[in-house]
Amino acid sequence: MITFEGVTKRYPDGTVALDDVSLECPTGRITVFVGTSGGGKTTALRTINRMVEPTAGRVLIDGGDVRERRPAELRRGIGYVIQHAGLFPHRTIEDNIATVPYLLRWNKKKARAAAHELMERVGLDPSMARRYPFQLSGGQQQRVGVARALAADPPIMLMDEPFSAVDPVVRAELQDEFLRLQAELHKTIVFVTHDIDEAIKLGDRVAVFQTGGRLVQVDAPEDLLAHPADEFVAGFIGQNRGIRTLGFAETGGLRLSDDAVFAGSADAADAAGLDWVLVVDADRRPLGWARPADETGPLAEARLVPVGATFRAGADSVRVALDAAVLSPAGLAVGVDETGAVVGTAGGADLLAVPTHGLAGRAAADSAAAEPADTPERADAPVKGGAGD
Amino acid sequence: MDIDWGWIGDHTGTLGDHALIHIRLALLPVLFGLLISLPAGLACRRWQWLYAPVLTVSNVLYAIPSLALFMLFIQYTGLSASTVMIPLTLYSLSVLIPNVVDGLGAVSEPVRQAATAMGFGTLRRLVQVELPIAVPVVIAGVRVAAVSSISLVAIGQLIGQGGLGYDIIRGSQLQFQTQILAASVLIVLLALATDAVLVIVQRLLTPWSRARRRAS
Repeated sequence: MITFEGVTKRYPDGTVALDDVSLECPTGRITVFVGTSGGGKTTALRTINRMVEPTAGRVLIDGGDVRERRPAELRRGIGYVIQHAGLFPHRTIEDNIATVPYLLRWNKKKARAAAHELMERVGLDPSMARRYPFQLSGGQQQRVGVARALAADPPIMLMDEPFSAVDPVVRAELQDEFLRLQAELHKTIVFVTHDIDEAIKLGDRVAVFQTGGRLVQVDAPEDLLAHPADEFVAGFIGQNRGIRTLGFAETGGLRLSDDAVFAGSADAADAAGLDWVLVVDADRRPLGWARPADETGPLAEARLVPVGATFRAGADSVRVALDAAVLSPAGLAVGVDETGAVVGTAGGADLLAVPTHGLAGRAAADSAAAEPADTPERADAPVKGGAGD
Repeated sequence: MDIDWGWIGDHTGTLGDHALIHIRLALLPVLFGLLISLPAGLACRRWQWLYAPVLTVSNVLYAIPSLALFMLFIQYTGLSASTVMIPLTLYSLSVLIPNVVDGLGAVSEPVRQAATAMGFGTLRRLVQVELPIAVPVVIAGVRVAAVSSISLVAIGQLIGQGGLGYDIIRGSQLQFQTQILAASVLIVLLALATDAVLVIVQRLLTPWSRARRRAS
């Protein structure tokens, strides 16, 4: 665990880069520092490996003050990845990756073996080992940067906008691989970005910094979206935050309806009264949407509108399902299982009724605490619901 | 103009000896110049305010005629090789110091930061990261300094230090053009050969830089 205790950084010219920041970055998790430029997030990151020394306060790693350790020695135990990879142009890929092992005086063979293993781990062809950095694409260089940070297997990784300089497609790819890698390695990661979407995608916890080095909010991403602490955070998260909150809501608990699902052998008359029906084959794979009112005879012979987007029930988020519902002519999202067979359909209202991962409960608790005046009204609510049942 | 090939044939040994003396007189100052320029360049990178005055001084030195410098140093070092080599060393600084400074400047900020963050101390970072990356630019400076030194050193004969300058001055005293021409051609060949050797040295030292050129 990395702990910030009232960390302040003030430069001689009076600029305050960090203003009394206290926070914890839990072991084995990804903590993302996000904020506008000048928000002090990179400065905060650098206090961890003593590239910046705080004016006041302290930074602890597993309870020990980082200032008790020699900087060079401390840094060899902390992986570091930066925006433009910062690879050494005069060293081959394998020697770049083996940098810290060499500093730790591992023998060359062991260091290179570790480098080769890491190349495979981050998705680099081992045939690149003897090339020089300029011979690689930006995305490949960034992978080398990650491999280099991991080479001596440090428990902590600091990542300063590591994926900002590559194009969006490569960035998404690197982010996904990074999450896959972290699922295997369980490093304690502090990740700096100015991109709120990246923060929400990668972070187990997200710390929002405001200009002047003030830490405004630290929360799980879904809580950050649901309950921004103030207008700055709300503005920073941007529009659509409600919709994005649904990205954290699971479709596992959703009750999917079979009412509109018909086999191709069924007659149009069986579905009379329904605007749209989903026609499926013998294996329940979706064939398309049909309008029973316009048809006679078996639905298999009806004019079918392609289904298009579906969602994996239980695996995809409510956001994906809602997207599928909006794109469907019937206004219904088609949920499928891992084999592609239809589980059932859900309408927009069904999807919005899904509790968003503990948020509803927290909202009530928050407002109860913040506004006591609300309490009686809220206390009544379950009773009304109960009476209706 | 008639070239006396017979004379050249008879004097290959002497000319060869003169060439060796010549190259030694020319290149030792470049080596000394490099040894001075590395710390001077580092100091100029470290304390940026230092660079402008250092550059001015080295340029002013370069502007002083070599003959004047010889006369100045004769008072201290007499008619010795040092009297030739000290001015040449000073001349080389005006090329080498800026190249050391630029070479170190070629190390990008992310590279410097990454090195620090990975646990390089200042000295280790300098030796293992910054200087190697500076090598191509520094060697480019050494090539210019070496070639100009090989040409300049001929004047060392004015204080009796030999080398191929002897043959040029002797030849003009005797109005014997073959000797002048032979020595001049040898000087040019020495310069070309030295330059070629430096190019090879650079390729051996910086395979990453050669590969870069080929790729672009």
